[in-house]
Amino acid sequence: MKAKVHVTLKSGVLDPQGKAIANALGHLGFTGIGEVRQGKYIELELAETDREKARQQVEQMCRQLLANTVIENYSIEI
Amino acid sequence: MTITPEIVASHGLTPDEYKKVLDILGREPNLVELGIFSVMWSEHCSYKSSKRWLRQLPTTGPRVICGPGENAGVVDIGDGLAAVFKIESHNHPSFIEPYQGAATGVGGILRDVFTMGARPIANLNALRFGSPEHPKTRHLVAGVVAGIGGYGNCVGVPTIGGECEFHPAYNGNILVNAMTIGLAKADRIFYSKAAGPGNAVVYVGAKTGRDGIHGATMASAEFSDDSEEKRPTVQVGDPFTEKLLIEACLELMESDAIVAIQDMGAAGLTSSSVEMAGKGGLGIELDLDRVPVRETGMTPYEIMLSESQERMLMILRPGSEEAARRIFEKWELDFAVIGRVTETGRLVLKKGGETVCDIPVGPVSAEAPVYDRPWLPQPKAEPVEAPTAEPIDALRRLLGSPDLASKRWIWEQYDHLVMGQTVIRPGGDAALVRIPGTNKGIAAVVDCTPRYCVADPTAGGAQAVAETWRNLTAIGALPLAITDNLNFGNPERPEIMGQIVGCIEGMRWACLALDYPVVSGNVSLYNETNGQAILPTPVIGGVGLVEDVTRAVTIAFKGAGETILLVGETKGHLGASIYLREIAGKEAGAPPPVDLEAERRNGDFVREQILAGRVTACHDLSDGGLLVAIAEMAMAGDVGATLEVETTPGFLFGEDQSRYLLTTREPETLLARAQAAGVPARVVGRTGGGALTLPGGRAISVAELRQVHESWLPNYMSGH
Amino acid sequence: MKAAVITFPGSNRETDMLDALERITGKKPLRVWHADSELPKVDLIVIPGGFSYGDYLRCGAMAAHSPIMREVKARAAAGTPILGVCNGFQILCEAGLLPGVLLVNETLKFHCFDVHLRVENSQTVFTSGYSTGQVIRVPVAHRDGNYFADPETLDRLEGEGRVAFRYVTADGVPTKEANKNGSARNIAGIFNETKTVLGLMPHPEDATDPIQGSTDGIGLFRGLAEALA
Repeated sequence: MKAKVHVTLKSGVLDPQGKAIANALGHLGFTGIGEVRQGKYIELELAETDREKARQQVEQMCRQLLANTVIENYSIEI
Repeated sequence: MTITPEIVASHGLTPDEYKKVLDILGREPNLVELGIFSVMWSEHCSYKSSKRWLRQLPTTGPRVICGPGENAGVVDIGDGLAAVFKIESHNHPSFIEPYQGAATGVGGILRDVFTMGARPIANLNALRFGSPEHPKTRHLVAGVVAGIGGYGNCVGVPTIGGECEFHPAYNGNILVNAMTIGLAKADRIFYSKAAGPGNAVVYVGAKTGRDGIHGATMASAEFSDDSEEKRPTVQVGDPFTEKLLIEACLELMESDAIVAIQDMGAAGLTSSSVEMAGKGGLGIELDLDRVPVRETGMTPYEIMLSESQERMLMILRPGSEEAARRIFEKWELDFAVIGRVTETGRLVLKKGGETVCDIPVGPVSAEAPVYDRPWLPQPKAEPVEAPTAEPIDALRRLLGSPDLASKRWIWEQYDHLVMGQTVIRPGGDAALVRIPGTNKGIAAVVDCTPRYCVADPTAGGAQAVAETWRNLTAIGALPLAITDNLNFGNPERPEIMGQIVGCIEGMRWACLALDYPVVSGNVSLYNETNGQAILPTPVIGGVGLVEDVTRAVTIAFKGAGETILLVGETKGHLGASIYLREIAGKEAGAPPPVDLEAERRNGDFVREQILAGRVTACHDLSDGGLLVAIAEMAMAGDVGATLEVETTPGFLFGEDQSRYLLTTREPETLLARAQAAGVPARVVGRTGGGALTLPGGRAISVAELRQVHESWLPNYMSGH
Repeated sequence: MKAAVITFPGSNRETDMLDALERITGKKPLRVWHADSELPKVDLIVIPGGFSYGDYLRCGAMAAHSPIMREVKARAAAGTPILGVCNGFQILCEAGLLPGVLLVNETLKFHCFDVHLRVENSQTVFTSGYSTGQVIRVPVAHRDGNYFADPETLDRLEGEGRVAFRYVTADGVPTKEANKNGSARNIAGIFNETKTVLGLMPHPEDATDPIQGSTDGIGLFRGLAEALA
């Protein structure tokens, strides 16, 4: 079973990389861009076959390691 | 698969070279074998265009433990220690993908050094970019600098020095040359010569993927506009794995397990196995099914030509395999016995039980083609007239010009302090790191003046060597030896070949006159795009020894009231100078001649005075001449000076060679000793105040100098 | 004082730290590999700088969850002083021994240069070698040193005297220019509640020998050695 995890910065946290991307896009001539936020995407191959169990497992992984909940949110797709 | 002329051509082999392959094998090669010949006979691996000339360079000396031909050069530095160093280019990959290209360049040169049993203690780099106005330049600078930092900072080796210049001739071909210096016990150097038929051939490090296939042949081909399509051949570096590999290899090297070791650099498993077997006059048989791979379904061709990074090949003594495996497993690295040394003299590769390659090692390595390419000497440059300019205004323009502007923006992105031994930081003449547990230090510098080399290759080659010798001398170091990175255009053009021949000839003179041998090096040819070649750029990496690091001096003025002395003769040579280029917009004229006898006499005198403690600051004169050098000393020390000098452009901005500026509190003693030694020396001013003041009262504050000098690069880079 | 320096795969300033500790305390510290079966009884535990596990995922995240950190947490709970420098600071934050997190520098670039720090609280086991308000010069070498915590946490840190060092100008003023990585309130280092855990981004260990250009880092180690003698 495959799990997909998106880790994103919480809205209050400054994201200088996102800002740099927005600037660079502006220089390339793209207009109408609001805020840009950069995040992480993690793909996991799981042995677990039960969707709910898999979700719980990944949930735990996110809380313990994959995301730092001081600054980051996460979402899980199984 | 039948080998067609198209397949041969796409492997970069000429019809004549392919005929030689047929003669050697007595049959048609299969694709794996063709691939192996192709990379081993590429310019990058075989030095086929330059070998004939490289042989003329002096490579021996009382301190040389190992000269060119191994992974890196080795020089005795006393007390049972050796300095191990080499410079290598990663020009083409860095143009295509600047971050990864530069990063893997650092990774590769680090491996060359720790393969020899040395712990890397310093990195340097020499960079050349296109015109600042070229649309790609900013992106390339940002990527290359981030890549060098990203890799070097993570492995924890300080990047202590370098140079960075801009010229339109590099618009389509940037140069990224990386140098590493390591420290080893003089009697514990590891070599790559295979020995002991039956011994295990062991693969360690990262897994093999499909990256960088044919990097070595790419590095030997001219670019055309579609070369951005070559992106997939660029390797990706993993400095974390490299750090583990350094620690694991050095740990294993504490034992007697290793017979021979070679890193997998350009041409990966192919060049490492062929070179090890070739040097030992032996054969190697590999089972490609045992090679740790990252992807499924990799063909023998891909496995042999992959340039995946952070991999090493070793030959181990019988019975030491298990102990070695434990060390690599502790560091979470792959370890696999993939074959044996044989007596057959052949490289035999098996996959799925079938033999997929069986070729004689000797001819592949030793009988690589060597060319005596036609060459044309460079016509002598016409003399030029230099215009006069208001000196302070000219100084301001020079200090704010791309080549002379401060490179702080670059070196502050490199960790130049890790290991805690950095004595002289970047930004001066040479950098200095202390050898742990001693008072000794290793000094290092990289340098080249391409505008001299293009105007007169022989004078330029000699000047590049002499300037590194002078830079080392200026901190009080005894220059020991050099490594060279010869960057040129297409050697099949006689005028380019003439540059190569001329530069090597000049280097040879200087190395001989200064007892300063070449112990390692790298050649990068075909640096041209659509027929536009780079300037001839023979980058020299110089290494020196300081017996007591507390005796070394920096360029910074140390305080007010000291006398500034100029050592060496000033004729006011402005041909091929920065002044001429920046003020008059002319790139013309002959470069300043290098009088190697005067070079040695002046340098030995300066070093002696530094070590005797009579000198408080020292700076060699180079790009921009006297006034630029004084300004740099003033900015570094935040102390001004009042000058007593002729205010002609030639005196202030001429680039006559073999000159130094010193500050001292004992001018009479120094002048008397200079006279006794037959060294020209004169007073040119006194330190003090907050400005540089010329005769007649014209002045510029040190603060303004710094503002001009420090702002160009950050402003340029923030202009995305 | 007996000190242990813990190394992870990717640590790279452990030698600097071991050298500094030995130079100043006269005693060779223990070097402990993260996978060693036990952490010896010591007076001080140090987590040095580097790029543990390549700084992949997030700086310090993987080291923070390695088994040896459970033991470090237990020692911290028992009052053993813990010092984390640079990557060590990042690890301590990720491990929850210190609040907040280190984000990428505001410039998005690696920074290697000397900074001036103001000692904000000299009444701790780590800072007794300095006086409050003293300005010291030490180098930084990091890409992710931009200290972040929510305003309540920052207020609490300030209120409880838990800000250890702040980035300041040479004459001691916490300006924006002095705070190149963009840290909240110019914070360069913080203590835990009991002031027995210190994390800081700058490298006092690289300012302990005249050849390094500054010896202002000596105070930290000398203070520790005297307090823990």
